[in-house]
Amino acid sequence: MTHDHGEEHHLVSYGTYIMVWLALLAFTGLTVTVAGFNLRQVSVFVALLVATCKTFLVLNYFMHLKYEQSIFKIMIFVTVSILAVFIVLTFFDVSFR
Amino acid sequence: MGSGAIVEEQGPTVSSFLEYRGRFSGIFGWIFSTDHKRIGILYLFSLMTFFIVGVGIGVLMRLEHLTTGQTIMDPQTYNSFFTLHGVIMIFLFIIPGIPAAFGNFIMPIQIGAEDVAFPRINLFSWYLYISGAILALVTLFIGGVADTGWTFYAPYSIRTNTNVSLTLMAAFLLGFSSILTGLNFITTIHRLRAPRMGWFNMPLFVWALYATAWIQVLATPIIGITAVLVILERLLGIGIFDPMKGGDPILFQHLFWIYSHPAVYIMILPAMGVISEVIPTFARRTIFGYKFIAYSSIAIAGVGSLVWGHHMYVSGQSYTANVVFSLLTFLVAIPSAIKVFNWVSTLYKGSIDLSAPMLYALAFIFLFSIGGLTGVMLGALAVNVHVHDTYFVVAHFHYVMFGGTGFGFFAALHYWLPKMTGKMYDEKIAKIAWLLMVVGFNGFYFPMLLLGYQGMPRRYYDHLPQFHDGHVIATVGSWILVAGVFLMFWNLARALFKGKRTSRNPWGGTTLEWQVPSPPPLLNFVHEPEIRKDPYGHTGNDGH
Amino acid sequence: MDTRVTMDIDGSPGTAEVVFHEHHDYTGGKIGMWLFLFTELLLFGGMFILYAVYRSKHPQEFHQAAMELNTLLGTINTIVLLTSSLTMALSIALLQRGKKWPSLGFLSLTILCALAFLVNKYLEWSAKIHHGIYPDSQELLNFDKGEVLFFGLYYSMTGLHGLHVLVGGIILSVMAYFIAKKPKSRFHFVPDRLKDLQGSKLILASQEGKELWRGATIDESVDQISIIVKKPATEKYLDRRNIGKLENSGLYWHLVDVIWIFLFPLFYLIT
Repeated sequence: MTHDHGEEHHLVSYGTYIMVWLALLAFTGLTVTVAGFNLRQVSVFVALLVATCKTFLVLNYFMHLKYEQSIFKIMIFVTVSILAVFIVLTFFDVSFR
Repeated sequence: MGSGAIVEEQGPTVSSFLEYRGRFSGIFGWIFSTDHKRIGILYLFSLMTFFIVGVGIGVLMRLEHLTTGQTIMDPQTYNSFFTLHGVIMIFLFIIPGIPAAFGNFIMPIQIGAEDVAFPRINLFSWYLYISGAILALVTLFIGGVADTGWTFYAPYSIRTNTNVSLTLMAAFLLGFSSILTGLNFITTIHRLRAPRMGWFNMPLFVWALYATAWIQVLATPIIGITAVLVILERLLGIGIFDPMKGGDPILFQHLFWIYSHPAVYIMILPAMGVISEVIPTFARRTIFGYKFIAYSSIAIAGVGSLVWGHHMYVSGQSYTANVVFSLLTFLVAIPSAIKVFNWVSTLYKGSIDLSAPMLYALAFIFLFSIGGLTGVMLGALAVNVHVHDTYFVVAHFHYVMFGGTGFGFFAALHYWLPKMTGKMYDEKIAKIAWLLMVVGFNGFYFPMLLLGYQGMPRRYYDHLPQFHDGHVIATVGSWILVAGVFLMFWNLARALFKGKRTSRNPWGGTTLEWQVPSPPPLLNFVHEPEIRKDPYGHTGNDGH
Repeated sequence: MDTRVTMDIDGSPGTAEVVFHEHHDYTGGKIGMWLFLFTELLLFGGMFILYAVYRSKHPQEFHQAAMELNTLLGTINTIVLLTSSLTMALSIALLQRGKKWPSLGFLSLTILCALAFLVNKYLEWSAKIHHGIYPDSQELLNFDKGEVLFFGLYYSMTGLHGLHVLVGGIILSVMAYFIAKKPKSRFHFVPDRLKDLQGSKLILASQEGKELWRGATIDESVDQISIIVKKPATEKYLDRRNIGKLENSGLYWHLVDVIWIFLFPLFYLIT
C-alpha cells in the first residue's frame, strides 16, 4: 500500500497557464476565421485538427497530464482508441449500406 | 474435510466483521456500513432475491408453453413477462452478480488490502442498484410493464404505450451503479495491492475482475446515453431514432449492442475467474498456464468489445459490416477456448476432490462449452440467418449465461460462503441439488436448441403443434431445474443458522482469503499475509 | 497524514503513545477521477457517433441548419469556458502553494464563468424556441429530415453539456465551501485498542504536563473514540486534502471544457 501525499506534486508556474490560455484563444480565433473560408471537405478536418490541438493543450497543462505517471497516459490512450474503434466499426455499416 | 494441519493462530481477542459493532446496529449496521464485506453480502442477498423473482417469471413463461394455445396468460402478459424476466436477470442479477457480491467481499482480501479504494462510493453504488431495482419494479404498478423485450429496440420502444421510460431510467441507474463498482475495482487493484503482490502474483479471479471492470467503465456509458436518448425521444420527440423524422433505428441497435455485447463479458468473465480459483484448489495443483489465463481475460475484454454487430446480421446493416463482425466474433472464441484448455489441463494428473464447488465448476466447463460452441455457430453468417431470433439463440445464451455464469455463481457460493459466514453447508444435499440442476438444465435447454434449429421463434406466447413435444420436455426440465435451485438455496440458508463452524481453510485453498479467519475480522488481516510467488502453489501445508 | 497523540493512562505510570494514521491515497483518488472522466467521454462519445453518422448522411442539410445558430454567441461561450479553465488552473496552483484566499477568489471567478455560460445558453435556446425551432415543433417538422436530426442532436448534446456545466458549478461551489471552512480532522481508534483504555480518562495536556482539559471515564458503553481537531479558518491553516479534491474537481471542469471545444466547431462552424 503506497502512500504519497499532496506535497509531492509538480508545480506549474502561473505564467505557463496564462500562455496556454492565450494559445487557446488564438486557436479559437483561427478556427472561427477558417470557418469563413469555403474549404469544402477539408474544413471539417481543419476544425477537428484545431480542436484536437486545443484538447492537447488542456489535457497536458490544465489537466496536468504532462507531469503524471505513464499509467494515466496509457489509460487515456486505451479509452480514446476504443472510442475511435467504435466509430470506425459503425462506419463499416453506415458507409457500405 | 479440513481437520486443519495448521492450528488456528489468532488469539481470542480478534472478533469477526460480523460481530463488530460499529456506530449503527441492526439493519443500519448493514445499510450504512462501508465495509466491503458487508456491502458484498448486501449485494449477495439483494441480487439473489431478484434472481428468485426472475426464476419465478421464467417458470411461468415455460408453463405457458405446456399446451398449445393460451395456457395461463394472454399474449400481452407474456410480452411483459419476457421483458421483465430479461431486465431482472440481466440488470439486477447477472451483471452485478459475481463482481458486486463476491468481488466486493473476496477481491480486496485476495490482494492483501483492508478495503476497496473508495468505500463510500462502494456503498453508494449499492444504493443506486436498489433505487434502479425499485424503479424497475414500480412499472408493475404504474403505466404497465414494458413489452419491448430487454433490448428496447426502436422504433417500437418509442411508440409503445407501456412504461418504457421508467424502465430505461432504471437501467440508467443500474448502469451507473455498475460503473462505480468497476471504477472502484480498477483503482483498488492498481493502488491497494499488498507490497509484494505483483501483477502476476494476483489470483486469476482478480485478473478477471480487472478486465471486467474496464468493460464496466468504458462500455456502460454508451447504454446510459442510449437510454437517455430513447427517454428524450418519448418525452420530447427529438427524432434521433425515429424513422418518421429521419432517424435511423439501426443506429439504436448499434449503440445498444456496443454496450450489451461487452456486457455479456461483464457477465461471464468473473465466472471464469471463479472457475480459475476453484479448479486448482480441488485439483491440488497449480493452475496450468497462469499468464495465458490472465492475458486471455484482457483479450476477451478487448476483442469482445468489437463484435457487437453479430447481433445485427439481419437488421439491414451492410454486408461489409456483417463480414467484419463475423470475423471478429470467431477471433473472440480463441481466448475463451484457451481458458477451457487450461482448466482441463490443470485437472490432468491432479488429485481431484469432487466436493460441491468443484462439481459446479465442472458443470460450468461442460455447459459453457456447449454455449460457446453454439455461439460460434451463431457467429457464422449463413447459420445465423437461418436461426436468427429462434429458440436456438435463446438456448445458446442460457447455456452461456445460466450454464456458465449461473453455475459459476453457484460454484462461488459453495466455495466462499463458508469463508463469508464461517458456517459449512451439508455437502450431500449440495451434491443432490447439483445433480438436479444439471439434469433439469439440460432437459430444459437442450430441447430448445433443437426446437430453434427446426424454426421455433423466440418471444412467442404460443407454438405450432409440431413443436409441442419439445416444449413439454423443456417445461418438465424447468421444474427439475427449479427444484434443484430451491434445494440449493434451502441448503445454504440452513447452513447460516444450523451449519457447523468451519475452519480457516476448509478446502485447502492457497490464495490469501484462506489465510484469514472465517469469517474475516473487520480489517481482514490479523497478521501480515504470506504472499507466494505462485498464488496457486500448493505446499502440502494448506490445512488439508 | 500521521498524527501522534500521547495518552496518559489513568492509574498506570508512564504514557502510551498512539499513532493515528489517516489513510489518504492521493494518486488513487486521481485514478478514480480519470476513470470517471472516461465514462463521461464515452457518454458523449455515443452522441458523437450519432453525429458523425448523421452528418455523413446529410452534409448539405447540416450545413443549412447550422446557419440558424448564432456563431457570435457560440464564440463568446467558447471564450468564457476557456477563461474559466484558466481561472480553475490558477485556483489550484494557488492552493498548492498554500495561498488559500487568492485560490478561493479564482475559484469564485470560475463559478461566475459557469453561470455566464449558462445565462448565455439560456438566451440562445430561448431565441431558437421563440422562432419555433425546438424538438417536435410544427416549424421544425417542415424542415428537411437532415435538419430535424441536426437540431435533435444540437438540443440533446448542448443540453447534456449544459447539464454538466451546471453540475460542475455546483461541485465547485461545494469545494469553495470546503476550502473556506475550518480545517477539521477526525481520527478513530481501531476497536481492539479500545479495550486497553476502559476505565481510564482522556486528558488534554500541554507538553510540560499541565492539564488543560479532562474528559469523562471511558466505560463499556463507549464503542469508539474519535478525536476531532478543528483549526481556525485563517489563511495559515489549510486542509491539505482539499488540494487533491480541488484538483479532481478541476479535472472534471476541464473535461467539460474539452467537450465544448469539440461541440463548438461541429455545431456552430460548419456553415
